[in-house]
Amino acid sequence: MFLALMVVGITFAGISTVATSTTSQALIGSNETLVDKGSQLYAEGCSSCHGLQGQGGSDGPTLAGVGAASVHFQVATGRMPLAAPGAQAMRKKPSYNEEEVLALASYISTFGPGPAIPAQDFIDQWVNASVAEGGELYRTNCAQCHNFAGSGGALTDGKYAPGLMAASPLEIYEAMITGPQAMPKFSEATLSPEAKLAIIRYIEELKKQENPGGISLGRLGPVVEGLFLWTVGLGLLIGFAWWIGARVR
Amino acid sequence: MTNDRLDLDNVFDPDKNNTNETALEKSISKAPMVAPGIDHYPRRTDIDPKAAKRAERQVATMFALSGLFTILFIVAYVAIDATARISLPLFGVTSTSNLFLGLTFGTAILLIGTGAIHWAKKLMSDVELVQERKPMQPKVEDQQEALEMARIGAQESGIGERKLIRRTLLGALGLFPLPFIVMLRDLGPAPRGELKTTAWTRGLPIVTDISYQKIRPDDIPVGNLVSAMPENILEIQHQDHNLNERGKSAIILVRMRPEDIKSQQGEGWDYQGILAFSKICTHAGCPIALYEQRTHHLLCPCHQSIFDLSDSAQAIFGPARRRLPQLAIEVNSEGYLVARAGFQEPVGPSFWERS
Repeated sequence: MFLALMVVGITFAGISTVATSTTSQALIGSNETLVDKGSQLYAEGCSSCHGLQGQGGSDGPTLAGVGAASVHFQVATGRMPLAAPGAQAMRKKPSYNEEEVLALASYISTFGPGPAIPAQDFIDQWVNASVAEGGELYRTNCAQCHNFAGSGGALTDGKYAPGLMAASPLEIYEAMITGPQAMPKFSEATLSPEAKLAIIRYIEELKKQENPGGISLGRLGPVVEGLFLWTVGLGLLIGFAWWIGARVR
Repeated sequence: MTNDRLDLDNVFDPDKNNTNETALEKSISKAPMVAPGIDHYPRRTDIDPKAAKRAERQVATMFALSGLFTILFIVAYVAIDATARISLPLFGVTSTSNLFLGLTFGTAILLIGTGAIHWAKKLMSDVELVQERKPMQPKVEDQQEALEMARIGAQESGIGERKLIRRTLLGALGLFPLPFIVMLRDLGPAPRGELKTTAWTRGLPIVTDISYQKIRPDDIPVGNLVSAMPENILEIQHQDHNLNERGKSAIILVRMRPEDIKSQQGEGWDYQGILAFSKICTHAGCPIALYEQRTHHLLCPCHQSIFDLSDSAQAIFGPARRRLPQLAIEVNSEGYLVARAGFQEPVGPSFWERS
């Protein structure tokens, strides 16, 4: 699988913005079969909305220039293909296996240059990144939408920023460079690859957080905690008060 | 007068008195006063000795269980390792020690409470009592005695004759509150325009927040979001020993296709579609960076105000009424993004002196 990931480096030489994330990706000749396979899969599964040449249409945006990273993020997390049109494509069980995802990514990246899938051995370096720096960067750039604990949050018109607990380091990195759906992009120049790895490290630390105080209530903050106390806590007290005052038969 | 006190010797005891109906009726008739409009029905435990016994057993069971849980608390405290963790449905991973300490202690005190209430409701004397209010006015003799004592006190202290003492005391008492009024000065100083200005000036480079890197226009593709600061922000923080300037000067940079920009706060204040806005919400001053890159809407996480960045950052929803101030930007000779001028209006929430 790792080899396959490198294979995808390919068609987008010269587009990748930063050397560190792409150094391990080489141009390999055998990608033609992958592109052919992707072309078939695309025609069957994607073209009805995104157009036969990825030009887009009334039901889907153009795919020219979205890049392999975007395709990998959307398809490998099951967000694409959409089950039904709606405010937001949700994470679900992927419809394609890893090889098919890479084939689609290879084919779609022939529509126009876009960010490549980062090499896994580069992403794996997040373990060496600084969690403190990651926390600072996370709180400045990510926390407002994805919540202080990575639980996600609401946007407008039914859109939402998803929770990050299910996202893999590779997916988080891809989301930052491609800006899926409502999310803005965080270019490699304004948020360096090292900074992105630090953010990933911080999120991975968040995933390990326990709830030593008891139930987490989704880690959504004072609104949920207040609601819980006002309904369950106060409800119990009212119940006891009613019992104390009830007439005895 | 003795009528409103509960006669403890004749309190109704179901075990002793409940042997026949007349004892019950006697006890009811002994109630000092039946509340008007409420008929007094005897409880089952008043009539049926079996029910009373059952209630007694229930109360005793609760108290006994409470004792058991107290002992379990001590056992849990000693036996469970404080670092142990347990995985529960709904709770997730949580501390075993905290869980059991809380459950045992809480249940122990809850059972004392429920037992006491059950006891009171089922078995304790069930008669309506009226407690008369005490008269508000003291007795005439008491009033006269108090006045007499005050008169004697005044006479013995000599406050009437010793005018010097009386006047200096009154003066001292009159002056004493003054420090509290003078200390109100510490609420100030009143702001001298700091609320209206930020660190931004013409030509000041824009740097990314936290990493403090200068930014070239090419670093920001369409759909990108950057949280940014003036280049000298760390210097200012070092001088001021506070974060006030950071709170005022924070900006966000976004890039959209030039044709998507409906309006700006000044002619050509963007740089090739790159727009800079104050990051501080004009409602309550929260930092905002919830940017929906497709709709160009910026949401405030605190009170859900929405600003349309493609249309002069006008407030289009929520409690915010004013737009986010825009910072005019340009590129300097080295190719880095810089401010073209400071903010043209105060950033952040409203304040009294804001014109």
